[in-house]
Amino acid sequence: MRHTLDVRVSPYAYVAPFFLLFCAFGLFPLVYTAWVSLHEWTLLSETQEFVGLGNYTTLLADSYFWNATFNTLSIGVLSTVPQLALAIWLAHLLNRRLRFQTLFRVALLLPNVTSVVAVVVIFSQLFGRDFGIINWMLSWFGAGHIDWAAGTASSHVALSVMIMWRWTGYNALIFLAAMQAVPRELYEAATLDGASNLTQLRRITIPMIRPTIIFVVIVSTIGAMQVIAEPMLFGQSSGGGGGIATGGPDRQFQTLALFVYEQGFANSTFDFGYASAASWLMFVAVVLVAGINFLITRRVKGGLV
Amino acid sequence: MTPRIRRFGLPLLTASLLALATACGGGADGGGTAAESSAQPGEKIKLTIGLFGDFGFKPLYEEYKKTRPNIEIVENVTQFNDHHSNLVKRLATNAGAGDIEAVEVGYISTFTAQPGKFTDLKQYGLDKRQADYLDWKWQQGLSKDGSQVLGLGTDVGGLAMCYRKDLFKKAGLPDEREEVSALWPTWEDYIATGKKFAAADVAGAKFVDSPGEIFRAMVNQAPAGLYDAQDNIIVASNPDVKKAWDLSNQLTQEGLTAKLAAFSPPWNTGFAKGSFATIICPAWMTGFIQEQAKDSAGKWDIATVPGGSGNSGGSHLMVPKQSKHPKEAAELIDFLTSKENQAKVFKEEGTFPSIPALYDDPSIQNFTKPFFGDAPIGKIYSDAAKALKPQHLGPKEGDVRVAIGNGLGRVEQGKQTPDEAWAQVLEDVKKIK
Repeated sequence: MRHTLDVRVSPYAYVAPFFLLFCAFGLFPLVYTAWVSLHEWTLLSETQEFVGLGNYTTLLADSYFWNATFNTLSIGVLSTVPQLALAIWLAHLLNRRLRFQTLFRVALLLPNVTSVVAVVVIFSQLFGRDFGIINWMLSWFGAGHIDWAAGTASSHVALSVMIMWRWTGYNALIFLAAMQAVPRELYEAATLDGASNLTQLRRITIPMIRPTIIFVVIVSTIGAMQVIAEPMLFGQSSGGGGGIATGGPDRQFQTLALFVYEQGFANSTFDFGYASAASWLMFVAVVLVAGINFLITRRVKGGLV
Repeated sequence: MTPRIRRFGLPLLTASLLALATACGGGADGGGTAAESSAQPGEKIKLTIGLFGDFGFKPLYEEYKKTRPNIEIVENVTQFNDHHSNLVKRLATNAGAGDIEAVEVGYISTFTAQPGKFTDLKQYGLDKRQADYLDWKWQQGLSKDGSQVLGLGTDVGGLAMCYRKDLFKKAGLPDEREEVSALWPTWEDYIATGKKFAAADVAGAKFVDSPGEIFRAMVNQAPAGLYDAQDNIIVASNPDVKKAWDLSNQLTQEGLTAKLAAFSPPWNTGFAKGSFATIICPAWMTGFIQEQAKDSAGKWDIATVPGGSGNSGGSHLMVPKQSKHPKEAAELIDFLTSKENQAKVFKEEGTFPSIPALYDDPSIQNFTKPFFGDAPIGKIYSDAAKALKPQHLGPKEGDVRVAIGNGLGRVEQGKQTPDEAWAQVLEDVKKIK
């Protein structure tokens, strides 16, 4: 009796700490945010009035919210697509016998361990309008002064470069780990059949690491939907002006997460109700976009054809 | 003290610690005899003071410890915006605020509107300091009904205009400060001078850094600014605000601005490179220029501001109710804002005292700074401070300013015409609750 109880109960006891923590720091905030979002709720007011879906209807009519949604998707596509392609290519290059293998792999991870503040401050200087090195190099080719932070497209490109800088190597390492599990014989056979390097990548590597690609796409999508530090710091260090969380004076690079921060914390109303509603819509958007990407990636041909 | 110094800095909290430990008896100078001590005699007391820039207090702490050996002072410096929004959060959650918190004038009414969150300094006898202060500066530190003293002023930001002598000379403009002052009695004249400067086409230099701070100065010169006396936002109806808006955009449209938003890193670089020839100069800005443009000693000078006097910036020190040592905190505030110490801080940092008795003091009147070509900054800012007409500031001053600043930025970045931008500003302002 005692023995069976032990066998039955103890597994739950082992996993309990995680679920307790998850409930306290994951589930509870999620549910509580939903509750807050149904109220007119600010940090400073003593009472909270129930307004039902009022915050959501206001939000759906708020052009700044849609602007932030567009920016998030735009920066997400601009940063994620080239990033993953580059990561697969880098992993493919490293997936062969190389001298100083460890050195290369560590180098890939270095941008990721750099603090995001340092990355954005330095890239903001590189993308500087007057004295930035990128404009200086572009001037060799006759391309004039680009005010990177001012334009919508140019600021999205600049931010995407920063995000790619931090995450490409990290994703390349994950791909590399998956690639190493692909049986060598497949490549040997393909080489004997005269398949080129590129064909091997397309026909063997990518189908074989499909589960990893799905995983990386999902994780990167979620990450891209939540970008906040880069646009916020870029706004402050680019010289283009604008409020602390508006993402430029025209909100040209305000992302959803930054919009939430602006509503909840960066203005003196501290409108938690509205910010919570925006958070929930953002959560829905993340689930939607991640789901769509999952469906698309799953269609990558599986197996060896 | 200074608005926004350090707004540009790393958004990280930098804490500097001064451990004060010498032995001596306490209580020599003024303050707090009325209330009883909240600590046992001889007990070590740690006071934290939250600032948003270098207030130039550090030498004063050293001096303070000579008479108060049991007091330890820890200074926490945060970025301008973070400092104020953190303070709101800490007051709301009743935890984490310092024993003393600095509040800039743009935020003072936000905090005096919550008298329950702060210690009434009257309890510690600081109402006796009223006679020292500029009346409007004193009033700003009171609770709304005027019954409680919640904050004591540090500095005021009387306006002047700093300019680059060398660039003016290159542009063929007069460069002596009296002549320069004579160039721009009004803002229209200032813009006309700017056009002359632009016509001379000085390589790499524009006339002004950006319209944002100029706008702020112009609004501050008006009898009423963004709010009326009843705390209603009057951006849409106040002709002075619209006029300031139009003039600021004229600067942009004439191509006179370097498009460098104040307190951003490229703006700092602009100082070093001489990217702009003039900058609006509240007293605290002089210390800032000196720090940013170390190599350009003697190139900067100070003229009077167009359009009459006005105030931009300045701070108060307040004691949150959470403080465990309100008496000691009040005593320290009394010390830091004393007449002698405000004079000392001015000479070091450039932040100008809010105590009018100092304005005719020869040591202030005759004070000059070699960095600014021996400009008589004591006299310039005394005159500016004496002529100041106070303006009522409302509780959401900061948010309104961000909305307008964004509008000016959109015009500057060529995204909208001034009219489109103004329409959007009014929409944004309407949403401020």
